Parts: sequence; C-alpha cells; structure tokens
Amino acid sequence: MGAIFTRFYDGGALPFDRREALRYFGAPQGVLSPETEELFGTCVQEALAACVYRVCYAEFDIARAGGVLDLGFMKTDSRALFRNLEGCEKAVAFAATVGMGMERLIARYSALSPVRGYAFQAIGAERIETLCNAFNQDIAREYAAAGWYARPRFSCGYGDFPIAAQANFIRALDCTRKIGITLSDGLLMTPSKSVTALIGFSSSPRSEERARSSAVQKTDNADQQTTHVREQCENCLAKDCRFRQEK
Amino acid sequence: MPKSPILEKIGKEVIFFDGAMGTLLQDAGLKAGELPERWNVLHPETIRNIHCAYLQAGADIIKSNTFGANGLKYSPEELREVITAAMRLAKEATAQCKRGYVALDIGPTGKLLKPYGDMEFERAVRLFAEVVNIGKAYADCILIETMNDSYETKAAVLAAKENSDLPVFVTNVYGEDGKLMTGADPKAMIAMLEGLRVDAVGMNCSLGPRQMLPLLPVFYEYASLPVIVNPNAGLPREENGKTVYDVDEAQFALLMEEAVSAGASMVGGCCGTTPAFIRRLRETLKDVAPMPVIKREHTLVSSYTHAVEFGEKTVCIGERINPTGKKRFQQALREKDINYVLREGVKQQDEGAQILDVNVGLPDIDEAETLRDVVVRLQGVSDLPLQLDTTAREALAGALRLYNGKAMINSVNGTRESMDAVFPLAVRYGGLIVALTLDEDGIPATAQGRLAVAEKIAAEAAKYGIGKKDLIFDPLAMTVSSDPHAASVTLAALRLLRERGYKSVLGVSNVSFGLPAREAVNAAFFTLAMESGLNAAIINVYSVEMLKAYHAFAALHATDENFKEYIRFATERLPLLSSSAPTAPSRTPAADRIGRTGKEEAEGSPLRRSIVRGLDGEAGALTKSLLQSVPPLEIIDGEIIPALDEVGRGFENKTVFLPQLLMSAEAAKAAFEEIRRFYAAAGTPRKKRCTFVIATVKGDIHDIGKNIVRVLLENYGFDTVDLGKDVPPEEVVRAVEEHHAPLAGLSALMTTTVPAMAETVRLLRERTPWCKIVVGGAVMTAEYADRIGADKYAKDAMETVRYAEEVERALQGRR
Repeated sequence: MGAIFTRFYDGGALPFDRREALRYFGAPQGVLSPETEELFGTCVQEALAACVYRVCYAEFDIARAGGVLDLGFMKTDSRALFRNLEGCEKAVAFAATVGMGMERLIARYSALSPVRGYAFQAIGAERIETLCNAFNQDIAREYAAAGWYARPRFSCGYGDFPIAAQANFIRALDCTRKIGITLSDGLLMTPSKSVTALIGFSSSPRSEERARSSAVQKTDNADQQTTHVREQCENCLAKDCRFRQEK
Repeated sequence: MPKSPILEKIGKEVIFFDGAMGTLLQDAGLKAGELPERWNVLHPETIRNIHCAYLQAGADIIKSNTFGANGLKYSPEELREVITAAMRLAKEATAQCKRGYVALDIGPTGKLLKPYGDMEFERAVRLFAEVVNIGKAYADCILIETMNDSYETKAAVLAAKENSDLPVFVTNVYGEDGKLMTGADPKAMIAMLEGLRVDAVGMNCSLGPRQMLPLLPVFYEYASLPVIVNPNAGLPREENGKTVYDVDEAQFALLMEEAVSAGASMVGGCCGTTPAFIRRLRETLKDVAPMPVIKREHTLVSSYTHAVEFGEKTVCIGERINPTGKKRFQQALREKDINYVLREGVKQQDEGAQILDVNVGLPDIDEAETLRDVVVRLQGVSDLPLQLDTTAREALAGALRLYNGKAMINSVNGTRESMDAVFPLAVRYGGLIVALTLDEDGIPATAQGRLAVAEKIAAEAAKYGIGKKDLIFDPLAMTVSSDPHAASVTLAALRLLRERGYKSVLGVSNVSFGLPAREAVNAAFFTLAMESGLNAAIINVYSVEMLKAYHAFAALHATDENFKEYIRFATERLPLLSSSAPTAPSRTPAADRIGRTGKEEAEGSPLRRSIVRGLDGEAGALTKSLLQSVPPLEIIDGEIIPALDEVGRGFENKTVFLPQLLMSAEAAKAAFEEIRRFYAAAGTPRKKRCTFVIATVKGDIHDIGKNIVRVLLENYGFDTVDLGKDVPPEEVVRAVEEHHAPLAGLSALMTTTVPAMAETVRLLRERTPWCKIVVGGAVMTAEYADRIGADKYAKDAMETVRYAEEVERALQGRR
C-alpha cells in the first residue's frame, strides 16, 4: 500500500446544499412553516460553525484471483463491488468526517430537543455528503490528469459488500489517528457523520451502458452511508428508502 | 521513596526519546494489517536491533514495542507474551548498550469512550491496567502516547498511577487546529494531566516539528512540568511507491532546537523518524541546556474541550442545578428525569455561565449514583467545566473519577473531617477545591478570622502537595438581614485574600435572604465583591440584574475589549430577557371552549394555536397564566391534547411533516412542564397513564427516532422509562419487570443490530409475557416484526402513540 494522506477542507469550499438537507429533514422544500423555517436556519448556522472537514485516503492496487477481489487491505467476494471495479487496476480508499463538533450538536439536541436533533442530523448528512462529493471530484480530476478513469464511489453496505468491511477501512487508513474516526463493536462510526468508500480507477474508459448497469446499489445502513449519487436511486434495491428519488 | 533516576535528570539536561518503531518495522517487512507487537515474539532480534540503534544514536529513553498491545487485540495469554517479550527486549538492549531507560509504551485502544463511543470508562481503565501490570516489572517509566481523546488519556493515566509507582509521561496528538480530535486544547490537557499528577506532558505524532512550534508557548507558559515534543518527520508524501516524510534529519534537528528554546525539555521523534534523526538531534543539541521547568500559578479547571482560568475577570458559575427549594427539580431527580437536569445546564450555558455547579443532593435518592449519572450525561451535552457540589465523600469520589477534565470541587472546609475526606481525592483525581472559611469553631465573625481559616486550610493542603493555585476560598456571604455588617466583613475578607494572592469565590445570592426585591441587593453586592477582587461567583445566570452588573463591571474595568461582550449583551440578550412574556388570553369559561364549532374550532384558543404552530416559549407562558384560573386537567383535555391530535392527524394525512409534528410536540412539552411544575408546587401527584419502557437496542447508538417517540408518548401522558441507546436485552427485561410495564418499544436503525432486537424480543417474551412489544426504526418492516415475534410494527411515532392507547384501552377493558 501507499502512504496515507490527509486532506482538510475549508467550509467555504463546500457550499451548503439547503435543498438536500431539507430532504433529509423530511421536509421537501417549500412546505416548512415559518416557525420551522426559522428553527432550521438557526440550526444551519450553528452546524456550519461546528463542522471540520477531514479526509484520509490511500491508493491500493487491485488484484483478482478466482472469485476473490484483493483490494490490498482486504479480500472480498462481493459481486456488487466486482461489478463496480470492473476493469479497474487501482482504487483510492478514503474515509471522511465532519468531526466531533457536529456529533456533539446532534447528541446535545437529541437529548434536549428532538426537532433540533433531527435538524442537525439532516444537516450533518448533507455536510458529509457534500464533503465526499468534493473529495471525490478532486481526486477523480487529479487521476484524470494522469489518464485514469474513475468509477462511482462505493461504500460498505452497498449491495452485498458487508458493513463489517468498515473495520478494514478504519484500520487500513489509520482513521482513528489521522482523522479521528472510531468504530463501535456494532460497526458504527463515531463521529456518525463519517463515510468510508472506494473509488476505482481504470486506465481505459468504460462504455456508458456498462457504467449504467453496474451502478451502485444501496441496501443497508440508512444513516452513515447516505452518500450515493442521485442517478443511482433508480438502480437501488431499497425500493422503500424514504430518500429515494425517481426520475 | 527515592526519586526515579530519569526524574533526577529531567530539567538538568535535555532528555532524548527514540524515534519511530512502526516506520522501521515496515521497512523490515511488516505488512499492512499485521500486528507489530507480534514481532516481539516472531522477530525478537529485529526489535532489539532497533532499540540498540536508537540507544547508540543517543536516545535516553526507548519505547517498548507495545503501542497497540491491549486486551482488545490480543488474547490474555498472547497479551502477556507480547508485552513481556517487548519489555525483555528493551531491557536487554539497554544492558547491551550500557545506557538508556525503558518506557512502557501505551497507545490508544482505538475505541471511543462513552457517551460518544461505546466503551465504558472503567473498561478502558481495566484494559490499560492489564498492560501496566504485565509491563511494569521491566519499565523505568510509562509513556502514554498518541492519545487523541482526553477521556481515554485519563483512563490510561489512572491505570498507570493506580497500578505502579513509575513516572508517567503523557503526549497527545494535536491537529493543525491545535486541538485533539475530540476537541481538547493544550491548556485543557495540561490542567487535567497536572491534576492527575503525571510527570511530564506534551505532544507527539500527526504534526511535524514546524507545525508543533506554535503550540509550545502555551505548554511552556501553563505547564509546571517538563514538556515533551515527539513530532513526525514532517508530513508524508509518496515517492516511487514509498512513503517519505518532508523533513530531513538536518531540518528536523534545527526545528527541534527551536522547540527546546521554546520550552521543550524532552525530545524525540514519531512516524518517519529513524536513528539517524535522533543522532543528528543529539549532536545538534549537545551543548543546549533545557529551559527551566517553572512552577506555574495559573488556576485552571477544564472540560474535554477547554480550560477556564481564574484571573482578573470574574468567572460566572451557574447555580441552577440544585434541588434546594425547587420542588419541580426535586421531582425530576426522584423520577430520574436526567433530561430535566440537562436542560437546566444547557440553558445556563446559553445565558453565559462558564462553569456549571452540579448539586443533586436529596435525602431520599442515591446521591452517589445520581451525581455520577448527571455528570456523565451533562458532559454529553455541554462542554462547560463542572463544579461538583456535594458533602458526600463517596458521591464526590465517584463523580471526580468519571469526570472528563479537571473539575471544581465544592467544597472543603477547615474542619479536620472535611480536609481528611476531600484532599486525598483531589490528589488522586485533580481538581480546583472550593474552600469555605469555616471550621470546628464555626464561621469567624471577622475578615481576619476567615483569612486565618483560609491559611490553615492552605497549610493542610500543602501537606498533600496541593498548592495555592488549586484552592479557591469562599469567605462566605452571610445574610445582611440578620447581621447588617455581614456584607462588609465578607468584602473585607475578599480583599485580604486578594492581598495574600489567594483566589476567591462566593455564592452571591445568600446575602439578600429575607429582603424584598432581592435581585437589587444581590446585584449591588456582586459589583462590590468584584471590586474587592472576587475571582468567581456562583450566581443565578437567569437574573437580568446580575448579568447587567457583571457586564457593566467588565466594561468599566477595561476587561472587556472594545466593549464587545457588553454590547452583545445589551443589544442581543437584554432585549430578549427584558421583553415581557406573551400575555395570556383573558379567562374564557370552559363551557365556551368546549362548545366551539366550525371556524373557531379550527383556529382554537391561543394555547392550542401556539402548540399547533410549535412555539414552545409561548405555549409555556400561556399555560402558566391559564393555570392561575383553569384546572390543569381542563387545560390538558381541552387545549393540549386537541392541539396534539390536530397535528397528529395532519401528520397521518401527510399535510404536516415530521419537523412540524416535532415542534408541536416540544411546544406541548413546554406546556406540560408548566403543569408539572404546578402539580409539584401543590404536592399533587399527577395522573399517570400506563408505563412504556423504551430503548434503542444493543449495538445501535442511534436514538433520534426513539427520542421522537418518547416525546410524543410523554405528551400523551404515558409514563416513559427511557433506557437510552445501546441497551443490552437483560436491561430492557429488568426495567419491564421493575415497572411491570405493559408496553415496551424497541428501536434499531442498522441491519447489523436486528439480531440484538430479536434477542431482546425473545428474552422479553420468555421473562415478561404480559408485556406488549412494539418495534420500529429504519430497518424494520411489519414482516420482520412478525418474524422476530413482536406484537406490533409502528412506522412512526404517531402510530406508536395510537398503539399505546389501544393497549391501554384493552387493559382497562379487562379490569
């Protein structure tokens, strides 16, 4: 494996996607009462001040033997990941978090005011997704400059890739030390607004059709791995997901 | 006991640590994911050679290869094997090279402690204690390093201190923002670690020497201990498939020379550094003497994020977490309604309290257990340092142990009994001690007399090694109504304390007892006390008069730069605090309200409207004034419940969305709070509905959904017993048995915790067959609920309420 790198983002580089946060808040835009609107606005301000944006990542070579995919830090026979990484020679594994400040806001208000707790939860989900998107975009651009083609990012819990793999990511990326993510016995990350994922890279492009057929499928862990690209909803197995977006 | 040889050397010369172990092991072939401590057994010669290379390069202290050795990663047998081997190898190396000392190296467990993570504090202490007990025989000192959380650091230090007499050194990992991952800054860590009586403090890993330099002045200025600096060799980058760091030996040595001149007296390296770095470092620094270790006199308390310093500007300590004279607060404590206490804490923080006094003493509750519980949970919602206010030694000991930071201890006094009880605890856990100037002879009548008691307490504290800076004296504000000169004696005592260099604190409110318009007297006394040098005041931070006095004083004394605080207070807070509460409607005869139809029914009364709109402040105020003329039950049945039903129906019909439902629920909660207060004051027990035990199942730490259900159930009058999150099946069963609860609700968000849900249902079925079980959460479906044997799947909080009502009706029907 290569070195583990860290990247810290400035909040200014990660514009707040209000619409997305409201979606997580269970409030499609435009239907909030003035009182709820005001409360949500206050929460957004407090949340944005509390977030830090940290990513750690490393590059791994991918090997395939029989039905087993060797990611360099773990082996898996996940079919979904096989499809996602088809044609890829390497992958960047990363972990991202918006930090303990956000976690504390969620904890504080979950105990004291469920509506605020719920709002911070929603804002946190938006923040981590925005961070992942920004990092994903940056790394794909940097690799593209060297002639590499990126795949949609893929997280533990997608399709048949087990949540248990989370432990491998946390260990391989030295997440606790680098960016402060720890894993509970129940495989939950703290801070909860954290994501681990893989981005596959190939030296030759994939056809549009293949890309579509291997799009990411999300079936598990509604909280931590909310990061999925919207177009992927239609391919997702979780038909009753409340964040599902139809075309 | 003779001082350890290393401690003798510290301060006289720069002490050199070794560099990285992991980096060299990777070079020697350690694979990603392989446990490095196994090499102590598999490749002993490699480990010994690395130690020798560092010793020959000039390291004084080598770190045993035990960084990741703990009971989470190794079986008990293997743990003993790898640690014993590591210590032997290090000892052999020092014997072979005829120099150096061995540090038993302790790194983090990789788990986060509760309340944010899932590891119990005492479990962490036990895990570290195992390592200490195996490794101590061959160690000259203990190095607790690379800790990025203050709480885990404390657990490791307690384990080290309680299981050995070795010197304990601690280094934490600071990020570029100058904080640990979980938020503590260097001042907070210094306060806590000095309190725990460690022998040196500092930083390691994560940053290179260049990034550590800006943090050094704080360390040197605040620590009365030697400062350790063990940086990485800069930041990593990749070159030809290998990890390289961006600072070379020469640069490293030069930067570390700067670090030494800024106050570091123990230096070495972390990731990326090698024997060559240490050699160069030693050469560069061979004629450099360390800066002296100076006994600092800063008076500090800390939380897990920051320290509060007692200096020129008076520190405000919120007094409201205290059941004395507050019936509703007493009721909350008796009912174990800790959330009520938490709300008081957060509210005081919002009003500007810098420290929270915590007193939960009631004769008929288990104070020790309650104080521990409140301290831990309060630290989950507020980052303010706490003042533990109890006269029960056991309660103080338990809470001090679990406190994350350096607490304020309230209090000791000049009696032998009190000093014998409190000082040993302060030595063990650290703390700033509030010392009341009274003793066996009572409260001295004169200022000189109170000073004399203070001197006596300070002299006794000194025998324990507790210095002046860890004592803050309370010269006792007595009521002027019983002695007109009481205030002037107290003020004179404050001035005497200031002259002698002692810190002071007062509970201000007592002075006005028995007088009308007490706030006016309190505020004037507060101003006089601040003028007399008061360092901290225990006050009611909801009192506008006190806040005015506080901010005006700071503005007049030039301790408020550019009047920033004053202006913020005057323009933002004051208008809110001064505005009168919303006026209640004039009394409407109950018959009128009941008889409403049509448009009136839809709009409802002001209280009903305020709940529908989700205005909690207004709902509370309206209820309060309605209670003056309307019976509580009539308000509940005629106003609150109809409002909740209206919103609930809207939610069920999808015209109201969850956020609005929640806001209404919180407004209703505020209304109920006033009713409970009313009942508590009148001493009337409130009408209860059936008991509902609710929990998020083991392994799952998501509780927002469960909290939403709880709030709604409470609003509908159900007596909820909330067990929290990550709750083992046995605990749910115990609670259902204890309360003979007819209903239990279980929540789970993740598929991985569904087995825990199934197990809880199974155990409930077996042991509490009378109990109806309702399940919910993101991963649940009606089908799954059926399969695991639950009685009901509820898709949301409203459905849970409806089910609870149904079960209650069935129960009543049976009676």
